[in-house]
Amino acid sequence: MPAAIQITDLSKRFGATQALAGVDLSVPEGTVLGLLGPNGAGKTTLVRILATLLQADAGEVRVGGFDVRTQAHQVRELIGLTGQYASVDEKLTGRENLILIARLLGFSRADARDRTRSLLEQFHLQDAAHRAAKTYSGGMRRRLDLAASLVGRPRILFLDEPTTGLDPRARLDLWQLVRGLVGEGTTVLLTTQYLDEADALANEIAIIDQGRVIASGTAQSLKARVGHRNLEVVVRERDDIARVAEWVSRITGRPADIKGHRVSAPAADPEHLPALVRALDEAGVPVDELALRGASLDDVFLSLTGRRAGPGPDDAEESA
Amino acid sequence: MRALQQCLTLAWRSLVQVRHNPWELGDYSIQPILFLVLFLFVFGGAVAGSTEDYLSFILPGVIVMNLVFVTVYVGHGLNSDLTKGVFDRLRALPIPRWAPLAGRILADMVKQVLCILLLLGVGFLLGFRMEAPWWGLPVMIVLLLAFALSFSWVMVLVGVMSRDPEHVQLFGFTALFPVTFVSNAFVPLETLPSWLQTLVALNPVTMLVDSCRGLLSGGPVLGPALGALVWAVIITAIFAPLSVRALNRRLMGQGGAA
Repeated sequence: MPAAIQITDLSKRFGATQALAGVDLSVPEGTVLGLLGPNGAGKTTLVRILATLLQADAGEVRVGGFDVRTQAHQVRELIGLTGQYASVDEKLTGRENLILIARLLGFSRADARDRTRSLLEQFHLQDAAHRAAKTYSGGMRRRLDLAASLVGRPRILFLDEPTTGLDPRARLDLWQLVRGLVGEGTTVLLTTQYLDEADALANEIAIIDQGRVIASGTAQSLKARVGHRNLEVVVRERDDIARVAEWVSRITGRPADIKGHRVSAPAADPEHLPALVRALDEAGVPVDELALRGASLDDVFLSLTGRRAGPGPDDAEESA
Repeated sequence: MRALQQCLTLAWRSLVQVRHNPWELGDYSIQPILFLVLFLFVFGGAVAGSTEDYLSFILPGVIVMNLVFVTVYVGHGLNSDLTKGVFDRLRALPIPRWAPLAGRILADMVKQVLCILLLLGVGFLLGFRMEAPWWGLPVMIVLLLAFALSFSWVMVLVGVMSRDPEHVQLFGFTALFPVTFVSNAFVPLETLPSWLQTLVALNPVTMLVDSCRGLLSGGPVLGPALGALVWAVIITAIFAPLSVRALNRRLMGQGGAA
């Protein structure tokens, strides 16, 4: 599949700050790339360069096959952009905002009205269509933002932290909308500080930190990169702890970590869990908790950068 | 052709904004009328002996003062587009780079014409009658717009340099009040101290007001009109490049929220 977005050795500096330090990324057509990183990692700078709002210092960026530097106009005909900085006009109504964009994109008056009506419907904004956007709630604002970026049916969509500041319900609604777009073949580049968001929406995830992509791949492969799942057991009787710790290290082949009644060790093989169950069962040792936990993206981030990523609920876990 | 339509669409947008922003509408309508009526009845007797005689003197003055104040909205609107992110949304669209600015200035011209007509209408109701030939009116409007266009560049620069729209407003009122008042808009030049007369005579506001008086009520036009146009050229020559450079710098220096 051809790449919708192709970034090669991209650098950008603001004064003393190296915002991007040699980024390479490729996003195949019709897929979602989740760009994950803490505040200040360079995500927004990257999106601004992709959206032709900012010029890179060095490197090559192609969007839809066009060079963002020399063919900016062609790029702009392909893209939609939603971000905290690329906003709708608060002083216009929702409807006027969409008509404005449609007319600027060359829609006739009638086509602009039709397109606006269908977008307002699709984004559940019909009732607020004639109110100024400044009266909208956060969730409505984001929906209008997204609608505005979709007026021209862009093939490539940039979503810069699309759910920051949204309540959980509005967040899930927006995810649903994004999934719908991807289902129709839109390529999406999504930046987020939320691990679960990247996990839920992205085919591939690139973790960016201090202007560099420090890891990329599917959520599964990134989690696998941390190497292990954790075999964890909480022993009921204090006297059993030593015994259980010994079994755990024998089964996993790794030294067991003991914290109070909790005994754990990295487990390379899912078969370690039933093995431990058999050992516990044979000896009749009672336990309060027994689990094989998958690494979360948070673990991935922590192991790669030595820091926690932004706020966000933990990744799903496999329990037994 | 497409670019022109885009430019008109953006101008439409600036005008529609006013509908949802009653304060701005008030600045274009209530404020100039208030100035006209207040000055006329408070100062009329003292300055010109009677309100009737003062009306034809002060009406061009208020028109020019209002013209200068309305340009503040070019800077105000531009700044709010820049700070709120509308400008970036527009820049990411396949439209010419100059279209957002041109659309805004075009909308400003429309607002200016409406303000001038409104003030002339109110002046008519108060008893003002045009004494010069009819063609003085379109010539006056063209001259005023030419000056407003050049002065818009000053406000573009202010809009680009200001941190937020409120600062643009603040500048508008602190810097433009003296510029408009240190002129012969409201009082005859001869009544001022001689050192101030020199300054007032050089003020483009004075030249513009004099031209308008000539075009509406008769009197010398060519001299002051040429003076005002020379000012317009000088202001544009200085502020247009400065504004464009400042705008590009501001746009290129943005790393965004990160």
